Amino acid sequence: MSASEAPDGAGDDAPDDRAVETGATDGAGGAASPEGADLGTANLDTANLDVPNLDTGRMLAHYRLMWRIRAFEETAVAAQAEGLVLGAIHPSIGQEGVAAAVCANLRRDDLLLSTHRGHGHTLAKGAGAPEMMRELFGRAGGTCGGKGGSMHIADFGVGMLGANGVVGANIPIAVGAAQALKLQRAERIVVCIFGDGAINRGPFLEGLNWAAVFDLPVLFVCEDNGFSATTRTRGVTAGAGAAARAQSLGMPAEVLDGNDVVTLDAAAREAIALVRAGQGPRLIEARTYRLSGHTAVDPAAYRPAEEVAAQRAVCPIMRLGAALCMAGIAEAALAEAEAAARAEMAAALAGARAAPWPEPAAAYADVQDVGDPRLGAF
Amino acid sequence: MAGLRMSYLEAGRRALIEEMERDASVWALGEDLGRGGVFGQYRGLQEVFGPERIADTPISEACIMGAAVGAAMTGTRPVVEMRFSDFALCAVDELVNQAAKARYMFGGQMRVPLVVREPIGMWRSSAAQHSQSLEAWYVHIPGLVVVAPATPADALGLMKSAIRCDDPVVFMEHKNLWALEGAVPEGEHLVPLGRAEVARAGDAVTLVTWSAMRHVCLTAAESLAAEGIAAEVIDLRTLWPWDRDTVLASVARTGRLLVVQEAVQVAGFGAEIAATVAEALHGALKAPVRRLGAPRIPIAYAPPLEDRARVGAGDVAAAVRAMLAPGSIPA
Repeated sequence: MSASEAPDGAGDDAPDDRAVETGATDGAGGAASPEGADLGTANLDTANLDVPNLDTGRMLAHYRLMWRIRAFEETAVAAQAEGLVLGAIHPSIGQEGVAAAVCANLRRDDLLLSTHRGHGHTLAKGAGAPEMMRELFGRAGGTCGGKGGSMHIADFGVGMLGANGVVGANIPIAVGAAQALKLQRAERIVVCIFGDGAINRGPFLEGLNWAAVFDLPVLFVCEDNGFSATTRTRGVTAGAGAAARAQSLGMPAEVLDGNDVVTLDAAAREAIALVRAGQGPRLIEARTYRLSGHTAVDPAAYRPAEEVAAQRAVCPIMRLGAALCMAGIAEAALAEAEAAARAEMAAALAGARAAPWPEPAAAYADVQDVGDPRLGAF
Repeated sequence: MAGLRMSYLEAGRRALIEEMERDASVWALGEDLGRGGVFGQYRGLQEVFGPERIADTPISEACIMGAAVGAAMTGTRPVVEMRFSDFALCAVDELVNQAAKARYMFGGQMRVPLVVREPIGMWRSSAAQHSQSLEAWYVHIPGLVVVAPATPADALGLMKSAIRCDDPVVFMEHKNLWALEGAVPEGEHLVPLGRAEVARAGDAVTLVTWSAMRHVCLTAAESLAAEGIAAEVIDLRTLWPWDRDTVLASVARTGRLLVVQEAVQVAGFGAEIAATVAEALHGALKAPVRRLGAPRIPIAYAPPLEDRARVGAGDVAAAVRAMLAPGSIPA
């Protein structure tokens, strides 16, 4: 199917045609096929849950992390309805598997660049939920002192170099950060996460070419949730997607099921090790599904409710929970993970609610050193 | 000041060499740098510093600028070559939304210490996409420092200060000045950012200008002197922050301000100076403030058409005479 043959919404029932043969490993049950393309198989019964030698300790940690992300965002969405979260937020509900499986494989001093849909990545890199929630509230003590909000959360202390309000803008920044690490002979790497919408922007091509030409230590992760804001990406995208485009530049790339945390974790771990070993840039295209709308107030009426319901049943949390169950983890332990996450985020919410506004003088701080607005009536 | 003389182009090259020798975190990136850059500003540098620190990039303005932002956030001091300021428009998101805003929107967690070299100005029938002077756009953006040197000494001293600055600096060299020779002090020469220079003293009128128009104004001032009119010429050198103290002190003395810019006059930086002076010195003015700049037309290729966008020394002198004519209202 070419883009010109695919008006908005067309091809919904077409089988997934974007898989790249080389390195395509998204056959793990096909449970979480992108965009609801295979609704008939989207259930836990057919998912490949019986994983031999499952590292239950590691996967339980991923499970807890995913619940923390889910609880953070559900708390934030509710707080926005209350008028406490002020600006737009872009939830990643349903996409937590990518954040957990990729970011948990990074060292604290590795660098991460994220997107406007970046709460999960940021939490997974180690930023604190209380500070992040205060940032969403625009309060003092927020990750960025209340000056950025949801779309501009950064925590340089944990190597999180920023979410970004401009789609794809993090890609050139990421390759530059990787170039600096290379100049410094550091053994650190950069991970750059972007969505499927970003691959149609010029900086995607420019950044991937750049990383390949300079042989930089960067792992690109296309978190493909099937939607470019509120339009199905498939209808506005020529060709087979991010991995195919990377491969056209000679960059190793693979397509993976982003909701299969076990497989994605192993693949990300290997990719990160290869990048760290100086093997050059790589790309992972992780297919997932955005259960929420584009923003927290987007009802996402542009897709059928059955599609969302089917995907909800096989979201990465449900799938990993079922796999852990099958591996002998008690249901109580799984329930405890959710409860602990919800308690943590309730506390973050209470803290943000009680936090003061920033001092008005902060509006004039951190603009620039030369020509500092505080030094003159500019 | 000893008698070193060098070209404007060589001064910028020397500044980069000195700063790269002084600080291993300084590096440069841009198109064709390995072959010296499009004007020769980087001649021989890759042989000295290697291809990692004098990096030849693809023709990817957005990625050149964006990569510099990421590299600046990660402990290095990149010097970005944009070739022509016109091409930097392909990298406006990276400069305006990313470089200029990152420190602020991330709550001061880091700085973005980079210099972006954007050659400006009319130069040898280069037409509409290789001749513009868009400095006012960048002055408008909080977070940016904007520099436009006019002499070899300032090209050297301001470039060195720009590289040492922790803010993103837009460094606008004028293409028609590359070959200009001038005296440069021996030894370490730093020119502070934000400080104007009185290029010629006078008490009848204050000409405020920058970049190549400094030389046009000095030529005009010379011919006016022959008529007994002493024009003071102030070269701002840095447009943001601009040296209001020097300008206001001069106009308070002369009572007359003429701002001269190569850029389109409408909404140019001259308007900011004129407005500031009018607000601050209204009662002290002996004539209305006056601006000279290009008409709001694209710059053409053919010389007789290109000249329509050019402010010449004759135009400056005529404007001054009109301002000094008793009882006359400037056109």
